[in-house]
Amino acid sequence: MSETQTTADVDSEPAETSDQQSFLSVFARTVRNDRLALVGTIGLGITIFVAVFGPFVLPHDPTATNLDQMNQAPSFVHPFGTDRYGRDILARVALGARTSLIVAFVGVAVAAGVGVTLGAIAGYYEGLLGEGIMRFADTIFSFPALLLALAMVAIMGQNWYNVIIAVGVVYWPIFARITRGSVLSVKDEEFVQAARSIGESDFRIIGSEILPNITAPIIVQGTISMAVAILLESALSFLGLGVPPPDPSWGRMLADSRQFMTHAPWWTIAPGLAIMFTVLNLNFVGDALRDALDPHQGDEMEATR
Amino acid sequence: MSHDRNVETARIETERDQSNPPQQLLDISDLSVTFPSQEGPVEAVTDVSLSIEPGETVGLVGESGSGKSVTAATILGLLEESARIDGSVEFDDQQLLTKTDDELREIRGDRISMIFQETGSSLNPVLTVGDQISETIRTHRSIPNEGISRLETSVLGNLLRSKSHPTNYERSWEQTVELFERVGIPAPEQRALEYPHEYSGGMKQRAMIAMAISCRPDLLIADEPTTALDVTIEAQILDLIDEVQAEFDTAVLFITHDMGVVNEICDRVAVMYAGRVVERAPTDELFAHPKHPYTQALLDSIPSLEGGQTLDPLAGQVPDPTDKPPGCPFGPRCPSATACCDARFPPEYPVTTADEPLPVREGGDDDVPSPRRNDPTGHAVHCVLYGSGDGLAPRRSPSDEDRQNADRGRPETDGGEP
Amino acid sequence: MNANDSQESTPESVGGTEPILEVRDLEKYFRVNEGVLASLVGATQYVRAVDGVSLTLAEGETFGLVGESGCGKSTLARTLLRLEEPTGGSITFRGTELTTLSDRELRPIRSEIQFIHQDPSSSLNPRKRIGDILRRPLELHRDLDETERAAEIRSLLDRVGLDPGMRHRYPHELSGGQKQRVEIARAISVNPSFIVADEPTSALDVTVQAQILELITEIQEEYDLTLVFISHDLRTIRYITDRVGVMYLGELVEVAPTGTIFDEPAHPYTQSLLSAVPEIGGSETAQIRLEGQPPDPIDTPSGCRFHTRCPLAQEACSAVEPESAFVSSDHQYRCHFTDPNTRTGTIGEPTDAAPDRIEDTGPEVSND
Repeated sequence: MSETQTTADVDSEPAETSDQQSFLSVFARTVRNDRLALVGTIGLGITIFVAVFGPFVLPHDPTATNLDQMNQAPSFVHPFGTDRYGRDILARVALGARTSLIVAFVGVAVAAGVGVTLGAIAGYYEGLLGEGIMRFADTIFSFPALLLALAMVAIMGQNWYNVIIAVGVVYWPIFARITRGSVLSVKDEEFVQAARSIGESDFRIIGSEILPNITAPIIVQGTISMAVAILLESALSFLGLGVPPPDPSWGRMLADSRQFMTHAPWWTIAPGLAIMFTVLNLNFVGDALRDALDPHQGDEMEATR
Repeated sequence: MSHDRNVETARIETERDQSNPPQQLLDISDLSVTFPSQEGPVEAVTDVSLSIEPGETVGLVGESGSGKSVTAATILGLLEESARIDGSVEFDDQQLLTKTDDELREIRGDRISMIFQETGSSLNPVLTVGDQISETIRTHRSIPNEGISRLETSVLGNLLRSKSHPTNYERSWEQTVELFERVGIPAPEQRALEYPHEYSGGMKQRAMIAMAISCRPDLLIADEPTTALDVTIEAQILDLIDEVQAEFDTAVLFITHDMGVVNEICDRVAVMYAGRVVERAPTDELFAHPKHPYTQALLDSIPSLEGGQTLDPLAGQVPDPTDKPPGCPFGPRCPSATACCDARFPPEYPVTTADEPLPVREGGDDDVPSPRRNDPTGHAVHCVLYGSGDGLAPRRSPSDEDRQNADRGRPETDGGEP
Repeated sequence: MNANDSQESTPESVGGTEPILEVRDLEKYFRVNEGVLASLVGATQYVRAVDGVSLTLAEGETFGLVGESGCGKSTLARTLLRLEEPTGGSITFRGTELTTLSDRELRPIRSEIQFIHQDPSSSLNPRKRIGDILRRPLELHRDLDETERAAEIRSLLDRVGLDPGMRHRYPHELSGGQKQRVEIARAISVNPSFIVADEPTSALDVTVQAQILELITEIQEEYDLTLVFISHDLRTIRYITDRVGVMYLGELVEVAPTGTIFDEPAHPYTQSLLSAVPEIGGSETAQIRLEGQPPDPIDTPSGCRFHTRCPLAQEACSAVEPESAFVSSDHQYRCHFTDPNTRTGTIGEPTDAAPDRIEDTGPEVSND
């Protein structure tokens, strides 16, 4: 009994250095040392905050029209002005952030899920199966991203799900490629052989031996893909095939504002800046993650010796 | 090249007059090297003194983390900027540590050259091996100088050379082929035209030696040159280094972890442990009468080819470089460590083959014993067991159990070689 | 641990002890990718990493495999464990033919045969704690509940001389020697009867190497293991093995009890390999230096593979492939100079033995 007790106690004691912590601390150090990384992290934090809480705290209803206040220039009441229906642009940009981030995040998650799975299979089973998967990925990859997404949404119908699926379909090949490359480099490591020599199944080998060792490039690619996915979603919306109205979207705001660009430029500038701000910050964070996850920086001891 | 002549005279003097202390070619004294790190400064090399006479082979032997490679890199000024270096490194009476990069470059490759364990990264993969070596020869002008103006050695000369003096290139190429032949590369004319990836490990090492001796250096630093090679190839390369050394009268600083290689090639040996030289001796004497407990343990750890022996391995491992013991770094693993070993690193005690270690007696003080003799014997050891006196105090608290557990619980960060 | 324990390498002559592993004519060829053009023309080239190796291992013995890099000793080891698929031959483990088993059928046998890797820094998954690394084999092969498993992990760590608290650490926090101890703990965790150790000490410092050799010896006795110990270091081989096989270019060129190999090596390659080892202490003996380096394994020499470097080589050596010949019942080697009288001629003093004596050894030839 007491034996059980001690075992449980000792086993549950948190280890002094977990990988998670060391990754976070390395990331924190990168952010401290690299100003762009700091800017990106704060900027992204603001975007996420606005997307989550903006619509609750901002005074104006993003969908409420007010014909008395059409095309108002930025003022104290409407910091970003109003559009031609008198809707508050700040509120619409904040809600648009939600749309963009959800589409980008879920879309990229779908892409990563499909791409990592197929890429891992293609890397582990190099033969015909792997070749087949990669040639299929190459085929998808060879279409221009926007065209493929447009065609898919046009055929399948314009709704949230299809926009997200389109993002997933367009971006999975890049994840498949990156995963396959990493799997190829890890699978000949001796610890993978060791797992095989104790009779571990292929599924467990891929899932618990190989994948945990290749998360770094996938996370970095995920961040960068999110930036690209935001641009793709905006482009789809701009062309009228994004998330359907009335949900606001930065791309559609840009499209709607085109004819008023000369006398209500704020209407164009606000969503444009929002897109730029988010994409730029995502890229900064992606670069910072790349630095933080770089295996050559992980082992400081080795570097100094 | 006036210093060349100086060395030449020095060599002749050495040969003629054995009674006078010979002039040192390389004289390292009290060298310490400290690297900054996340966990605070790491002292990789501590108070290392070492000298090499012209034409002799000195071995620097130790396990990983002993600081032997850092010592070599310091001589050539190859350490990273952030390293703090104290002490002095004199080469042919010139202080190397204060030299600028340009001055060092002049010396490197011309008077001191180096061969490495990793031949792969020392050769440029996109140039033929012959090109790289003839380039070295041209840069250091060791071709007979007739008809070569000062202009030619300048940057402008580099541009003009191939056109105005095609013979220069040809001459260096001829010399490369000769060198290839000298180091035993078969079909030298053809191999010189090949790229590094077409060479095997042993051949690359031969080519590196050819490059290293192309300028007839006074000192050759060999950093584990045979570690990556098979025994049969290793034997060939060791023979080659031996031959080349005899022929060019080059001094060799041979860095290795392999006692067998040391025995094969070195005249004198310095044994390093955790950044310190713990024992120095003529090779034969070191193998026949190792004095320092570490040297003894090191030799006892090597299985013999005759068989029929049981190993008595030394427990524990090399101390963490960020957390070295204040006294003798070998103390925690030493079977005969005493109280004063834990307090400070012992001074150097000259010894002779007949010297026995002091017995450990009960009680007594922590004073460091004084040397038994003052005259240098060529064999010296940093261990209090070889001081004078009638005994040493046993160590107070740390028990045998601690020592045995030294390799068990401690988090360790020791890795490969620097 | 002495030479008397060892068994003869022909299955017919194995006496009282059952052989634990029998390898017959094992082949592992790797295809060399020569590009699209070559595959169109059909000129596929192969690296013959393991080429017709036959071997019988007796229960409880320590067999050493020695050879230069690229001789195929590591490939042989991995093929024995079916980590590489053999391209020919058979491997029989306690009467079970391994080469024809599917991965699934092989799984229960995996616990019987374990592997110790050369490089402890890459053989432990850097993302897993030591405890998790050791837990997995226990889950797969031992019927224990969680409490028993935890206790077993601690006792395993203790057995290999590590503090049980180490199970919370990650591999990068351990030194090379400690990692190799974990590697050994993993191997013995499933109670194997057969362990293949591929250069387990060559990445370690000399003093640590001695510790690990000691540990392996202890573990072997304690678990009654049959051990295949691969090394390029002849000193280690001498220390730990009962019987040695010398490999050259994918072939076993000499097999004999350890004492015999070191004291009376018969094959010229073994002789030169031994003479290349730097002496420690003792006087330097006359040394045989091999010229050149091992030939390209894609384009192996005709006849005797060693003839390009062999100081004894005669014309016929390049034409006729030598058969395995026996000096005594447990000493076998592959060379044309098989006559006991000429065999004693060492390389230093060339004999005029003609290789036309091959026929004389006819009845003793064991394999093709």
